[in-house]
Amino acid sequence: MSARRIVFTSGKGGVGKTTTTVNVGAALAKRGARVVLVDADIGLRNLDLVLGLEKRIVFDLVEVAEGRCQLRQALIRDKRFESLYMLPAAQTRDKEAVSEEQMAAMIEELAQSADYVLIDSPAGIEHGFKNAVAGAKEAIIVTIPEVSAIRDADRVIGKLIAKGIPVRLIINRIRPEMVRSGDMLSIEDVCEILSAELIGIIPDDEDVIDTTNRGEPLVLDDSKRLASMYGKIARRLQGEIVPFSDLNSRGFFDRLFAGLKAG
Amino acid sequence: MIEFFNRLFGHKSSSATAKERLRLVLLSDHLALAPNLVDDLKRELVDVISRYVEVDRENIELNFQQREKVIAMFANVPIVSMHPATRANGANRTTKRANDASKRPRRRRKRSANTATNAPIAETPNPVATTPAPAT
Amino acid sequence: MMQELKLQEEPLSTPVARGRGTAIVVTSGKGGVGKTTTVANLGTALAQRGHDVVLVDADVGLRNLDIVLGLENRVKHHLLDVLEEQASLDDALVADKHSPQLRLLASAQTREKDDVDTQKMRALIESLAQRFDYVLIDCPAGIERGFQNAIAGADEAIVVCTPEVSAVRDVDRVVGLLGNRFRPRLIVNRVRPELVAKGKMLSVDDVNSILRLPLLGVIADEPQVLIASNRGEPLALDGSSKAGAAYRAIAARLRGDDVAMPDVTVARPGFIKKLSAFFGGRR
Repeated sequence: MSARRIVFTSGKGGVGKTTTTVNVGAALAKRGARVVLVDADIGLRNLDLVLGLEKRIVFDLVEVAEGRCQLRQALIRDKRFESLYMLPAAQTRDKEAVSEEQMAAMIEELAQSADYVLIDSPAGIEHGFKNAVAGAKEAIIVTIPEVSAIRDADRVIGKLIAKGIPVRLIINRIRPEMVRSGDMLSIEDVCEILSAELIGIIPDDEDVIDTTNRGEPLVLDDSKRLASMYGKIARRLQGEIVPFSDLNSRGFFDRLFAGLKAG
Repeated sequence: MIEFFNRLFGHKSSSATAKERLRLVLLSDHLALAPNLVDDLKRELVDVISRYVEVDRENIELNFQQREKVIAMFANVPIVSMHPATRANGANRTTKRANDASKRPRRRRKRSANTATNAPIAETPNPVATTPAPAT
Repeated sequence: MMQELKLQEEPLSTPVARGRGTAIVVTSGKGGVGKTTTVANLGTALAQRGHDVVLVDADVGLRNLDIVLGLENRVKHHLLDVLEEQASLDDALVADKHSPQLRLLASAQTREKDDVDTQKMRALIESLAQRFDYVLIDCPAGIERGFQNAIAGADEAIVVCTPEVSAVRDVDRVVGLLGNRFRPRLIVNRVRPELVAKGKMLSVDDVNSILRLPLLGVIADEPQVLIASNRGEPLALDGSSKAGAAYRAIAARLRGDDVAMPDVTVARPGFIKKLSAFFGGRR
């Protein structure tokens, strides 16, 4: 049976698509799935950086499309996991270097020997987005509780629905204290406005920037509270019914403050 | 707690403001992206009106405007004359002539619930007539 | 330890004798770093100081400058209507709610970036520069057609970067693409000094040791940024907001005023060495 092909997209840039793609992929790999991550952001690649594999790139997606190398030569294996691979984008080309048909063909080929192919889409709704969606059968929208991001997410959801691709939602960078004081849209607000099925919530966390700086996926460290939240998303993707964490719960906050004090 | 007091004293929380603004702007965006829907709406509306009076189909205007917290549809439908059948039934009505009608166009305002969002039909800031076809 | 950060000393934006204003594009490559917020706030601050300013949203298809300014209900015509001569510029320009000398030329929500004719865009920016003291162009994320359209006709460039490796990498690439035509100045946004102190975030010096651009300003993250965007009221209007003050200071520097740069973060030599090694030499 061939892999599930899921595109991670958002419309708005900077909401955490790449970090989410990496950590959900890593969480799935930790649970024994064979995972391939594809960086569809040609020209502004970042999946390699967030994974910490930037020094190991030899070939990229564009070279595969142009027939200058085999797909398996371009794949980089992340040795920290049982079965996690990455297909990097090209840095010095632009998004028109690859067509939607070529992308779909590559995703199809990758899907033959994996359980999950996760595609990291660039921001926007142009060629890059269209390429990223070309091989996908499902979509996950990553958004943050902020007006412009939600407006862009809505536009992208419309486009995906028009293509017949089912959509689910991850809300990132939630700050429960700001939600409580009425300064930030709540999870319920966002779900209601976008009318999309929620698959994950990720609170704002100072470890995210730190780990992307180092190129170490959060899920590698089980003591990190976000590791379990990405883990829950992975479990839901695999079909398990997992209740959403109550970000306001006392236990949650105790852990949060403990983390902050420890620094 | 803070949000409760804000509401009590009439200060809306910024998240409530954001939610309201998003609701309206997305409604506008959706309408702008669905000129086919609007065309169908316009055609069916005119068909219904035409059962009662004769209208000048070439000069019908339909647009959506924001009023306060609500988006409403405005339709400007010039009426040419009463239908003969209707005229016979409404014995004391006078026929409106084409020139009279064009001098005094009748304006009908319509609101109806949008089931998806429980809001009145949204207005686009741009008049529908000049909205270009969307690229999907 | 507090450190003096270098000031941009020459005023780069003195209007030409004939009264032609300056067109400045605000770009970054990476999305979500605060380009639109920066355009809205710089425009507001400059207009509040008495300049005639027009803001141009070049993000066709995903417009947001209107909603950041709280003007989303007032847009009747947009950029493409003007470029395609379906509407006049005067019909399209929206007067700002808060600053009388500020105007917005909104983008089209239902069109695509490829629909913009770059030559016509250049001509439009030129005609705006004839009418206004400042034309601030909000560039979309990415480096494709949208980026090319946004820089067409600009005299100067500002790049906005956040203290994260992917943002720095993208900005570095954009600076390369801006080439010889522009000497971009840098704004570092969303700095969180407490995280820098803990070693969990790059400092301003870390960022600029790689980019090596004249520093125009530094903006620290704070809850007011989100509240302002919720309400559609630019921070530059808020006297109590530090970020608002930072934007006003940047506007002053753009005008050529000598404004000291507040030190927001502390340099961390070890990290700088590590990063410099990663990025190698200048692009």
